[in-house]
Amino acid sequence: MSEPRAMPLVPLLGVAALAAVPFAGLGNYHLHLLINILIWGFIYTAWSIMGRFGMVSLGHGAFLGVGAYVVTLLWNTAGLTPWIGIPIALVLAMILALVIGYPCFRFRIVGHYFALVTLALGEVVRLTIVALRDRTGGSLGMTVEGVAGGTSLLALQFGERGTFFYVALAAWLFGLWVWRIVDRSMLRYALEAASEDEDASASIGVNVTRAKLAITMLSAAMTALGGALYAQYQLYINPETVSGIGISLQIVFAVIAGGMYVQLGPTVGAVITLLLAETLRVTVGHDVHGLDGTIYGLLLVLFIIYMPQGISGYAVATWKRRRTGPPQAPTPRAVAAR
Amino acid sequence: MFDIFLLEAVINGVLLGGVLALLALGLNLVFGVIDVVWICYAELVMVGMYTIWWLFVHYGVPLPIAIAAAIALVSLCGVALHQLVIRPVLGTPPINQLLVTGGVLFFMQAAATLAFGVEFRNLGLRMPIVEVSDMFFSFARILAFGTALVGVLVLWLFLTRTYLGTAIRAISQDREIMPLMGVDPRKIYLTTSAIGGGMAGVAASLLALQYDVHPAIGLSFGPITFMICVLGGLGNMAGGFIAAFVFAQFISVGGFYFQIEWGYVLAFAFFIVMMFVKPQGLFSR
Amino acid sequence: MTGETMLEVRGVSAGYGGFRALFDVSLEVKPGEAVAVIGPNGAGKTTLLRVISKLIAASAGEIRMEGTSLGSVPPDKVVELGIAHVPENRRLFPRLTVEENLRMGAYAPSARARYRERLDFVYELFPRMRERRNQLAGTMSGGEQQMCAIGRALMSGPKLLLMDEPSAGLAPVIVQQVFKLVERIRAEGYTVLIVEQNVQQVLRVVDRAYLLEVGTIRLSGRSEELLASDEIRQSYLGL
Repeated sequence: MSEPRAMPLVPLLGVAALAAVPFAGLGNYHLHLLINILIWGFIYTAWSIMGRFGMVSLGHGAFLGVGAYVVTLLWNTAGLTPWIGIPIALVLAMILALVIGYPCFRFRIVGHYFALVTLALGEVVRLTIVALRDRTGGSLGMTVEGVAGGTSLLALQFGERGTFFYVALAAWLFGLWVWRIVDRSMLRYALEAASEDEDASASIGVNVTRAKLAITMLSAAMTALGGALYAQYQLYINPETVSGIGISLQIVFAVIAGGMYVQLGPTVGAVITLLLAETLRVTVGHDVHGLDGTIYGLLLVLFIIYMPQGISGYAVATWKRRRTGPPQAPTPRAVAAR
Repeated sequence: MFDIFLLEAVINGVLLGGVLALLALGLNLVFGVIDVVWICYAELVMVGMYTIWWLFVHYGVPLPIAIAAAIALVSLCGVALHQLVIRPVLGTPPINQLLVTGGVLFFMQAAATLAFGVEFRNLGLRMPIVEVSDMFFSFARILAFGTALVGVLVLWLFLTRTYLGTAIRAISQDREIMPLMGVDPRKIYLTTSAIGGGMAGVAASLLALQYDVHPAIGLSFGPITFMICVLGGLGNMAGGFIAAFVFAQFISVGGFYFQIEWGYVLAFAFFIVMMFVKPQGLFSR
Repeated sequence: MTGETMLEVRGVSAGYGGFRALFDVSLEVKPGEAVAVIGPNGAGKTTLLRVISKLIAASAGEIRMEGTSLGSVPPDKVVELGIAHVPENRRLFPRLTVEENLRMGAYAPSARARYRERLDFVYELFPRMRERRNQLAGTMSGGEQQMCAIGRALMSGPKLLLMDEPSAGLAPVIVQQVFKLVERIRAEGYTVLIVEQNVQQVLRVVDRAYLLEVGTIRLSGRSEELLASDEIRQSYLGL
């Protein structure tokens, strides 16, 4: 922040290095891991865009599910290309966010009440998908109909992992870019003020309802995009993996582990959680189900108790403390204000 | 026009309401007293169900003893949860308290998978079906309904007739002055957690009679239990009790007209709408 | 016996976080006495009572009740030493009934055994409470709530009653009644330490008083002396 000239160079180099990854001779497995990190990193970033302002949603699985299922259903049943399906899904996700968000913000439903309303929303979407089993395959999930040869720009399917890597990379960079835009906008100040004291900020002319709605719809649309990309990459979706309480909580917890107040925090969360799961899978093997989750759950509890600002938040705070001396060290904000 | 199947659905809804009311009872108590949502409450129920299954099927322990052991164990889990997880975050924003128990949810679910695998387990008991003029009711549900009624009554008597129960109600109204009454708030919190856990154990024993247990079972009961507590007005036992029956009717009758999932969708949608209409719950004071 | 001290506060300092509210405060209360601590808003009067009943910890100094040091007594055990505290703003449990509030006052194990007897005593003292015993405490008038709060404190069978601004927020007519209550409590043989801003009235019902200003004791003496002193007359009685 104090060196505006030197800063852009580092991220540029980083992106260039990342873009070169497919040529580095990585095996399919590692590429697969990277793509997953980018897609989930993008989804976690989408969540944090609103989560960092104290709007803790436990129902982002709803938007993820809308993105994945709407696009896939349109493609499978109507043959509609994802290039049209994705915008439709995004609009639907935003409408859903509007319908649920407007009354919430209007009636000042905040904190754990907001969390519980969104939790219900996630369940509504998951159960709707299950209930529409004639079309969606219910809890068995559905396969995205593949194209001959495995690659088609129209179908947004790429048999080559290397190609999909760039799609995921673009999405992830887009997410970081949106974060930056929000970070530098008036919206951020309005929302930060609102998360500290809603009445006070309303009294100084901040339209709290509108600001919150805007960020929620943005977050919903990005999450839906993430869901669509996930479906296009995996070519298989089911209600548990893209919707409902399980995945919604997973999003929140990965972000808490990574840190939601720092631009790269959510991505760090994706790296940690995926690497943890993979490492355990490789070292312990397929047969021991649940070990990764056990350690993961334990870590989460420890994180929330001892490091609520996440790994990256902790790192940044430590770094700043080193540079400026202890007294100015920012006290980390808790996950949300009441 | 009289529809006997609809009547059957309505009565089944009432019976289901009993199960849900029992589930909500313990959570509501904890909610009302400590002001913390145990997101992992349904996972405590799962621990109880596994305990019963393990003791009964593997060691041939008589069912009543297995049930008593499960209630005791889950009660201890409640105490441990409070002591180890909730207490360190009591001063932090409520949402952290909610999320930390979410971490416990993950932990318990995964630990159950680790210990018992993902298979569905059941006690292998056949509970009789009760037939009343062409309508069929599960005996296990009738039992659960009866237990829920007794449970509510016992809890109510405890809360209104004893010193400890009165203190449990008082502490949610004014925590700070409790020491002036000679009450140690920490003890009340621990006691409440033990009772809340014990109620989860009771619910587990009744659920174990009618459902298979598996690591993800908490996800199917958890969300609806929170909704009931919120809808009934946090910590309002009577409200929660009524809300349980309202929800159960949505599920049962909705399931009768459409499918069971639509019943749940209706119930959750109803919850969302009610939150907008009366954010403090249907029966807020 | 008369020379013995019931409550002894010696050199007590206390505060909240970085803010110090009391500096080296000492006072004593003898058995059967009624003592007032008077002083302006924010002088530390409430803090003093809270330190005595250990709702907040003293940073220095010592407090003794009948010779027992409160230093190692946990907050919830203070009441068992015979100290009952009627907190500022009464602090009843609004959604409990009057009788349930009184029951909370008798929570300590030593008090439970004599619950019935003391309940009758409180109802005799305040017949209004008997009429209202099933009413939610939060729905009563301010004066009635004050009776209930005092009754709740008496349920523990205390020797010493700490009263924090019993007249605050009440209508003038009710204030008169509250000071009558204090006189009756005295007549029943309780020792009273009362904190008040209503200097003129409180000095009429107590034996002695301390003047607390900005966290330190400025003045102390018998009520008549204080009522006659120029400092009190000018600053607190507006004469």
